[in-house]
Order: sequence, then structure tokens, then C-alpha cells
Amino acid sequence: MASIVEPEAAANHDHHGDHPDFLAHHFETPQQQYDSGKLGMWLFLIQEILFFSGLFVAYAVYRANHPEIFVYAHQFLDKNLGAFNTVVLLFSSLTMAWAVRDAQLVNNRGLIINLAITIGCAIMFLGVKAVEYSHKWEIGLYWASKFAPSTEHHGGGMLLFWLCLPFILISVALGVATAVSKQKKYEQGFRFYGILFLASLAFFVGVGCGFVVPAVMGSGDSHGAAHASHEGESEHHVLTAHADSVDAPVIIDESPRNAGIFFSIYYVMTGLHAVHIIAGVIALAWLLWRALKRQFQAEYFGPVDSVGLYWHLVDLVWIYLFPLLYLIH
Amino acid sequence: MADTQQATHPHTANDAHGHGEHAHASFAHPMAPRMLIGVFAALIALTIITVVAANFPLGEWEIVVSLTIATIKASLVVLFFMHVWYDKPFNALIFVSSLAFVALFLGFTLIDSREYQPDIEERAIEQVGTTEVAAPAQ
Repeated sequence: MASIVEPEAAANHDHHGDHPDFLAHHFETPQQQYDSGKLGMWLFLIQEILFFSGLFVAYAVYRANHPEIFVYAHQFLDKNLGAFNTVVLLFSSLTMAWAVRDAQLVNNRGLIINLAITIGCAIMFLGVKAVEYSHKWEIGLYWASKFAPSTEHHGGGMLLFWLCLPFILISVALGVATAVSKQKKYEQGFRFYGILFLASLAFFVGVGCGFVVPAVMGSGDSHGAAHASHEGESEHHVLTAHADSVDAPVIIDESPRNAGIFFSIYYVMTGLHAVHIIAGVIALAWLLWRALKRQFQAEYFGPVDSVGLYWHLVDLVWIYLFPLLYLIH
Repeated sequence: MADTQQATHPHTANDAHGHGEHAHASFAHPMAPRMLIGVFAALIALTIITVVAANFPLGEWEIVVSLTIATIKASLVVLFFMHVWYDKPFNALIFVSSLAFVALFLGFTLIDSREYQPDIEERAIEQVGTTEVAAPAQ
């Protein structure tokens, strides 16, 4: 792409008939470049849709053939945490859409703030997911090949710690990078690493919410309804709690045959979605870097727009994953 | 669209000079804050509705209701957050065509999905030797 453009230099180049620095040489106009980029992004997005549709088809086939497994398994998914994460992602979509607006209106400060909030929400989503995963693993609810539901808790907090460890290391690294940048008076780096450091702390806020939300909402009527509806089916099938309330004894006396396949589907779907979230965070961090360098201009906001489209698609996938995985009866 | 933007955002109008007959970034469609907040509020409201609806025993309709609400939410995101409403129709066509292929993929796979189910169930019952293997619905 074009070399780094200082604001003054950009203004000088931004004359009619001139070829601005942001405009690749094979394009006639900024609009042509923008439209081409957007067309390419949409082609990438439909590839993503088709890619995810394979997983949705696997889900649909398995649910059509084995509804009883889904009725059994949904009790280990905390509806409130799923709803909480939905709200977090929807809010990040709002701030992303707002960031695109700011880029279009050349409101660089607003762009930086909205990108930072979007990154924070994305990382917070992962924090909640880490709590959900670790609670399932503690009671042996792994993917099919390792599926061994048990009444005892295995691993305790260690599983959560291992999931948190990469984020602890990233936070520390970003904190060090911020401090070093400040000491060396490297303004761009200080702001970039500083914002990412603050955003990375959102992971631990997410972990906290992963515990607080079920504590506040978890014993509410939503779970009670799930419990009651299940009791009618078999007397000794007592599931006194779902996986997300730690202290209650979980009795999983008989899981339906091949129940582990549900969890395979669950982990692949939510895991690949989480991989997309991480990829989105990297793309957003790239935008943040460029926004701090003031590289986006009135006729050059394509990259913000494209990452925005990608981010909304990730949100879109979750909009379907949430009811399909969490809201089953 | 471009005219109203110039009126509401004076600083963008300043940049409008020197781009021939095109107004400033005529290909930009900044969403009004009101609109962004409105779409977000609708998405949150629909999320609450779908969670509340999940508490009622809707039987077979449960999946229909929750997927209908999800599709309304997805449409809001695609049309407004992803700007498809204001975008070139060709991009919308690309998007919708992908959904057509997803429908084909899903439909044809589901038609075939019970093909071997009786064999699988028979074999499972032989192996376990009990009726513990719950027969799927239908």
C-alpha cells in the first residue's frame, strides 16, 4: 500500500487530477478503489458464510436425528451468559458501525475511541467464553472423543487459569511495551500499546462477568423452567445445576448415547467463531495503528469499512449460534 | 443523500472542493447516530424477546420463533450496520446468492440425512442389547 502519509503531505496531494498517495496506481479514482475493495470484501464474506454453513448443516442434521441429545445438553449451557455475550457483541457492532461513520466523516478521535471500545468488547467476549469452557471441562463435558461427564469436578480453577494465561501474558507484554514507549518518548507506540493494554484488561472483566452474571441471574426462573420441564421425562435424571454454578453438585447419571457429539459441534462452532473474533481483534488493532497515524481521509476509509463488514459478519454468526446452542428445549 | 450530508456535516462540505462534480466522498454513507442507536436498541429488544420466549414451552414452534427472531436481527445488522440498504445492489445480490447456496446445501443434506438412521439404530440396539437407546422423534 501507499507509504505512510503525514496529514500535511496528504492535504498537498489531495488535489483534483492528482493521484493521492492512498490511491493505488491501477485505480482511476478513490471511489473506484473503494468499490473494488468492497466487492472483494463481500466475496470474502460469502466465502465465510458458506464456510460456516457447513457447521450449521452438521448441527441441523444431528439435531434432526437426535433431538434428545440437544434437550439433554442444553442444560449445560448458561442462557444468561449466552445472552450477556450477545449484548457485548451487539454493542461492539454498534461501536464498529460508529467507527465507520467516524472514518467517513474524518473524525479521527471518534474513530480511535470507537475502535478501542470494539476491541475491548471483543476481548471481553473471549473472557466470558473462557469461563464457560472451563466450567464444562471441569465436569468432563469435552468433545466426543474425550467426553466423560462426571459428578466430580476435575481441574478446579486450573483449567480457567490455563485459558487465561495467554491473555495474562499478552496484557503484561502490552503493559511493558506501553511503559517502554513512554520512557523512550515514542508517542505513537505509547498510545497504540496503551490502548491495547487497556482493551486487553477487558478479558478479566469478561472473566469476572462470567462468574457474576450466573450468580445474579443463574438461579432465576430460566433455569428453573429448564429443570422442571426435564423432570417430567425421567425421575432419576436429576440435574440439579448446570455447569456454570460451581458449588452445586452436578449429577449426570445418564447421558444419551453420543451426547459428546453435541459438544464436538458446540466446541467447533463456538471455537471457530472465537478464532474469528481473535482475527477481528488483530484487524482492528491494525486499523487502530493506522488511525493513530491519521492515515484515513475523506476519500480513503475503505479499510475501516471492510473490517467493519467482517466484524458485523462475526456478529451475524453469533446471532444464529446463540438461539441454536443456548435456547434449546 | 450526499446533499443532506453536506448540510448536516459542515466540515465534510469543506473538503468537497476540487473533486469535480462529485460532492465530498459521494460514495460514503455516514449513518446518522439516531439510526445507529435505533438499530442497536432494536437488536437488544429482540435479544430480550428471544430469551424470554425461550422460557415458554412452545414445543416445535420454539425453533421457528427463535430462528425468525434471529433472522430479523441478522437483517437489521446486514441492512444497516453493513450498509446494504444504501449499497450497490450488486453487493446485496452477491450476499443473497450465498444464502441461496446455503439453503440448497442445507435442504439437500437434510433430505438425505435419515437415509442410514434405521441401520445405525438397529446396530446400536444390537450392541447395547437394551432399549436404552432412545428412538429419535418421528
